[in-house]
Amino acid sequence: MAARESIGKAIGSARERGEPALVAYITAGFPQRDRFQDVLTSVAAAVDLIEVGVPFTDPMADGTTIQRSSRAALEQGVTLKWILSELTVFSGRSPRPETPLLLMSYLNPLLAYGIDRLPDDAARAGVAGFIIPDLPFEECDELRAAFERRGLALVQFVTPVTPNERVKLLTENSSGFIYAVTMTGTTGKNVAVPAEVLEYFDRVKAISPVPVCAGFGIRSREQVERLAPHVDGVIVGSALVEALERGDDPGVFLSSLRLKK
Amino acid sequence: MNQIIDQAEAKTLLANVMNDAYPDARGRFGPFGGRYVPETLVPALDRLQSGVDRYLRDPEFLEAFNAELESWVGRPTALTHARALSKRWGADIWLKREDLAHTGAHKINNAVGQVLLAKKLGAKRVIAETGAGQHGVASAAACARLGMPCTVYMGSVDMERQAPNVGRMKLLGATVVPVTSGDQTLRAAVDEALRDWVSDPNGTYYCLGSAVGPHPYPYLVRELQSVIGREAREQILSAVGKLPDWVIACVGGGSNAIGLFHPFVKDRDVQMLGLEAGGTGTGLGQNAASLAYGRPGVLQGSYSLLLQDQDGQIQETHSVSAGLDYPGVGPEHALLMSIGRVKYEAVNDDDALAALAECCAAEGILPAIESSHALAGAKRLAQAHPGATLLVGLSGRGDKDMPTLQRTLLKGAV
Ligand SMILES: Cc1ncc(COP(=O)(O)O)c(C=O)c1O
Repeated sequence: MAARESIGKAIGSARERGEPALVAYITAGFPQRDRFQDVLTSVAAAVDLIEVGVPFTDPMADGTTIQRSSRAALEQGVTLKWILSELTVFSGRSPRPETPLLLMSYLNPLLAYGIDRLPDDAARAGVAGFIIPDLPFEECDELRAAFERRGLALVQFVTPVTPNERVKLLTENSSGFIYAVTMTGTTGKNVAVPAEVLEYFDRVKAISPVPVCAGFGIRSREQVERLAPHVDGVIVGSALVEALERGDDPGVFLSSLRLKK
Repeated sequence: MNQIIDQAEAKTLLANVMNDAYPDARGRFGPFGGRYVPETLVPALDRLQSGVDRYLRDPEFLEAFNAELESWVGRPTALTHARALSKRWGADIWLKREDLAHTGAHKINNAVGQVLLAKKLGAKRVIAETGAGQHGVASAAACARLGMPCTVYMGSVDMERQAPNVGRMKLLGATVVPVTSGDQTLRAAVDEALRDWVSDPNGTYYCLGSAVGPHPYPYLVRELQSVIGREAREQILSAVGKLPDWVIACVGGGSNAIGLFHPFVKDRDVQMLGLEAGGTGTGLGQNAASLAYGRPGVLQGSYSLLLQDQDGQIQETHSVSAGLDYPGVGPEHALLMSIGRVKYEAVNDDDALAALAECCAAEGILPAIESSHALAGAKRLAQAHPGATLLVGLSGRGDKDMPTLQRTLLKGAV
């Protein structure tokens, strides 16, 4: 089985349980580099998929929370190389953790790592796919092909301002799932989930051949309940990072978002 | 120096440049450029692209633009023979006086063009980033003139060192938002402007101030700024009877430089020199010379040369001039350097300030510290090529730099 297929499978099993898949974003090495394995372990136990964020100095799609966590991680010397070695350790445990891992990174740290070695090294570290917020579809051919050869997913984004024909193009070319941004804006804001947002998710779902996961601004159980009939998964990032910042147990916070225990 | 293009390829790319092949359909200047933005901005850039395709060819739009340039900006700007500097430095030096343009720098050419375009595209508000404050002032002025609300993002470090411009923007009716994230200079201001734009891609027009960013900005800014080079080419032909041996400009993001260079690119006998901020040294963090010391990568929407560490993290930069204090550079300059059509060098803080002082004393002109990097480059060239005709882009005036000049050149003066 190609690594990327584990993503759809994990989302499918949540669906079978009757709830949207819970996807957690964490900034690698935040809040403390030497606690990364612990954070990964407790988050993995509480969710269906994990996005591991590679910190970048210029996270243009992110709000203040992830800007802060990224800076804190960079100040502790977190690099993609370190992240891959930590993920190798994590994935190498027995029994092997079941929660698929995705890497979420701006493009430049990936380019600096080297596009020739990245797919192999990521696959060896147990990574199932990539999310690259500043790599639009038109620029992604080379990377997508390289990931594909190694069985890795490249997740595309759609947003409320994406026209229908483009939703079709992006969903048809996304692997793993399609990342449906809840709103126009950066990560971290609180979204109200008004009716037109639900219509947007219905529209994307009707078009998309891959599962639809909603992300940006999701922080409460109420939001998850409201979104549940319209999407296949929900992505929680800034709210989780803030919980980690406060020193809360991430597992407890994440469980509070679960509709089925 | 980075060698990502081999000689054979450079030859092909140079031929393409001579045939006006760039940017290509994908927004590339050879390998550089492109459009690396979050998906939310893709429809907005598509709209901008069709606006650019339509209006930059529309006689009515161009007439309105040229009318503003003439009656409000004060174009054409003068070409001044720098008699005393020519004598001192041993070459024939001509200054293209963008310092005489309204608001005091070349930035106004681009701002007025883009705000006109924003109106055509139905935008409800304009946002801009600024480093030295010149693009912020230009955007604020153009918005006031054309009746658009304007918000300017400016790093808090820059707000301090370019304080006079902050007050000007406010008087011109703009909202100035201090940026305290990141390095608190131009790069952070661009990040913040992009975040604003992502939040309202339909109603907001992002008036980007240099030849950087995602396609079509590098092209749009070049087209709007090329008026500098077109005028200068005509002026020097009529003053000297021939084209200059060298055309010289300072390079931050590269807008005044591309505006001056572009109309000379096909003049094979004309050599060109771009001067970047050499800061206090050649080490990472000591300068802002992305072409001299950078490596290729993606920042703020385009693939170009960047000051970054081995992990792809963007480095903080240093320059005495806020307008050059940026870790990236326009993709077209990366191409022009790679194929050898334009030479780029760094000028350090001290040499730039010394050239500023010389220009003040010899010509009665206070240039911006940014522009003084070009002057210092001209001085260097004059020594290597005595008697040559040098056309120097004086991109702006130095009034805004008084806080910095008080701390440096005027320190201890009575
Ligand atoms: C007077 C002046 N010259 C040059 C620059 C550098 O910008 P660019 O390289 O885009 O011309 C600035 C930027 O603020 C400026 O104010």
